[in-house]
Amino acid sequence: MAIQLNAQQLQSIRSHAEREYPNECCGVLLGRADGAVKEVSEVVPLKNLRLDSARAQELLPLEDPGRESEKNRFLIDPLEQMMVEKDARSRELDVLGYYHSHPDHPARPSIYDRDHAWPWYSYIILSVERGKAAEMTSWVLSEDRAHFDPELMKP
Amino acid sequence: MPVKVVIPTPLRQYTGKKDSVEIEARTVGEALAGLTSRYSDLRKHLYNEEGKLRSFVNVYVNDEDIRFLQRDQTPLTETDVISIVPSIAGGSMIRCICS
Ligand SMILES: [Zn+2]
Repeated sequence: MAIQLNAQQLQSIRSHAEREYPNECCGVLLGRADGAVKEVSEVVPLKNLRLDSARAQELLPLEDPGRESEKNRFLIDPLEQMMVEKDARSRELDVLGYYHSHPDHPARPSIYDRDHAWPWYSYIILSVERGKAAEMTSWVLSEDRAHFDPELMKP
Repeated sequence: MPVKVVIPTPLRQYTGKKDSVEIEARTVGEALAGLTSRYSDLRKHLYNEEGKLRSFVNVYVNDEDIRFLQRDQTPLTETDVISIVPSIAGGSMIRCICS
């Protein structure tokens, strides 16, 4: 599979990530999947729930809050996500995947990313270096959950 | 009594492409047990090795998280809709595991 985003959609991911720097940003990709291509029709920025640490800790506790924080972790509110998904379905769109930023880290998935990933979804990662959007990559979890495979991003 | 279970996109490959499934159940626990016995490949994505729901799997009855209801014991009525909502989490850190 490949994922297709136009220039404007790519730009909205970059702007969101630069706006949230030095924190991680996250959002959802809506559109339609037909056979070999996931065609994105909307990029929806979501709130990083890690910024609300009490509620985030209740939903998905961090193992090491000393080293992990909103700067290097993100969590999407499942209720907000369910609402977005419901709204998408009512317009015959699907959730195709998610994006998040890596402030001052390469655009490569971390072990934490893998351990919390789902099959089939596209995971777009944008590296933000000193506040400026840098490399953007897309990844899909392998069937055995062991690693991510790179996914082609089409204009 | 059949209740409706909504299946998120990444798990539809295990339910024969269905985006929702009707299951006979009186509680959330029965509904999930019924679902995973009908579609056994779903099990590894929903439950860990100890048979507990994975920490990043959220189950909602209508708009309520079952963690704030009676979890598995939450009773169902015919009009209830169960949603399986994957927590989406991640982060940057240290080691790269790209293939
Ligand atoms: Zn990450």
